[in-house]
Amino acid sequence: MIGALTLIFCFQLLGETISHLFGLPIPGPVIGMLLLFAWLSLRGQLSEGLERASSGLLDNLTLLFVPAGVGLILYIDQLREHWLGIAIVLILSTAITIVGTALTLQFLQRLPVLLNHKRREEAHE
Amino acid sequence: MNNLIDLWGYLRETPLFWLTLTLLTYQASAWVIKRLPDWPVLNPFLATTMILVAVLLITDTPYETYIAQAGMLQFLLGPATVALAIPMYRNVTKLKQMLVPLLVCLPIGSLIAISSVYALGHLTKLSQAMQLSLLPKSVTTPIAMGIAEQINGLPALAAVFVLLTGMVGTLIAAPLLDFFRVHDLRVRGFAVGLSLHGIGTARMLQISQEAGAFSGLAMALNGSLSAVLIPLIVYFLG
Repeated sequence: MIGALTLIFCFQLLGETISHLFGLPIPGPVIGMLLLFAWLSLRGQLSEGLERASSGLLDNLTLLFVPAGVGLILYIDQLREHWLGIAIVLILSTAITIVGTALTLQFLQRLPVLLNHKRREEAHE
Repeated sequence: MNNLIDLWGYLRETPLFWLTLTLLTYQASAWVIKRLPDWPVLNPFLATTMILVAVLLITDTPYETYIAQAGMLQFLLGPATVALAIPMYRNVTKLKQMLVPLLVCLPIGSLIAISSVYALGHLTKLSQAMQLSLLPKSVTTPIAMGIAEQINGLPALAAVFVLLTGMVGTLIAAPLLDFFRVHDLRVRGFAVGLSLHGIGTARMLQISQEAGAFSGLAMALNGSLSAVLIPLIVYFLG
C-alpha cells in the first residue's frame, strides 16, 4: 500500500517536472496519469497494493472537489450581478456538449455496423 | 455566553475544525441521499458544497480560514488524478476496441464545447472578460486557469465556471442521456468526462469503473486538446 502510494506520488512528481521543464500547459498530475497508464500497459500487470491505493483515492473522489467548490463564495457578488446570462450559457452549453458528444460517439461506434449492413445488402442485390 | 464565543473562536481556528466539518457534512449528505427515494440529481458533492458555503456565509468565516484547513483534501486531487490510470488500465481492452471512434469524437466534442459557449456568450451579451473566462469551462481546473490567462480572461473566475459547470452538469447529465437513449456506459462516461472534467469523472466512478475509465481518458484528452484549440480560436475569431 505504501509502496503503491509512493509510486503514485513519484509519477505525479515526474509529471510536474516534465510540465515545468517544457513549459507545457498540461498540468503535472494529468501527465503523471498518462505516464502511469503507459507504464502499466508496458508492464502488463497490476499489483494488489496499487488496486487498493487507487480505490482509496478514487472511491470518494467527489469529496476532494468540495474545498475548491466552496471557493465560489469569493465570486458571489459577480455571479449575482450577471446570474441570468451566466446561467443561460452554462446550462445550455453544458447540455449541448454532453448530448452532442454522446450522440457523436454513439454514431461513430455504430458506423462500421451500419456500413457493413449496407454493403451486405448491396452484395445481396 | 462569552465562553461559548471563546470556544467558537478557538474551534474556528484549530486546523481540524473545517476539515472535520467537511468530512462530516459529506458523510451525512451521503447517508441522507442514500435513504431518499432514488433521485439522480442529488449528490453528496453538491449538497456538501452548498451547505458549507451557507455555513461560511452565516458564520462570516473568510474562505482563507476554510481553505487553510480543508486544503489538505484538495492536495489529494493530484495523486487521485494520477490514480485514474488504474481504472483506465483495467479497461484497456475496451478502450483499445473503441480507440478510433474515441479519437474522432474527441475534436468534435471539444469544438462543440467551445463553440456553444462562444455562440451563447455573444447572444447573452456577457462582458468580454466573462465570455473569455467561460470558454474553458469543460476543461479540468488547472488547465482551464492556464488557458484563461493566455486569452486574457480571468483565471480565478474561470476556475469558478469550471466548478459550476461540474455542478450543473452532474445535475443534468443522467436525465439528459436517458432522454436521448444513450445507455452505453462507455459512451456516457466519455461524454461526461469531456464535458464535466474531474467532477464528472468522480461521479462516473461512483456508477461504474468502466464509465470512470472512459471519463478519465476523455478529461485528459479534452484538457490537452483544448489547451491548444481555445487560444487558436480566440486568436482567429478575435
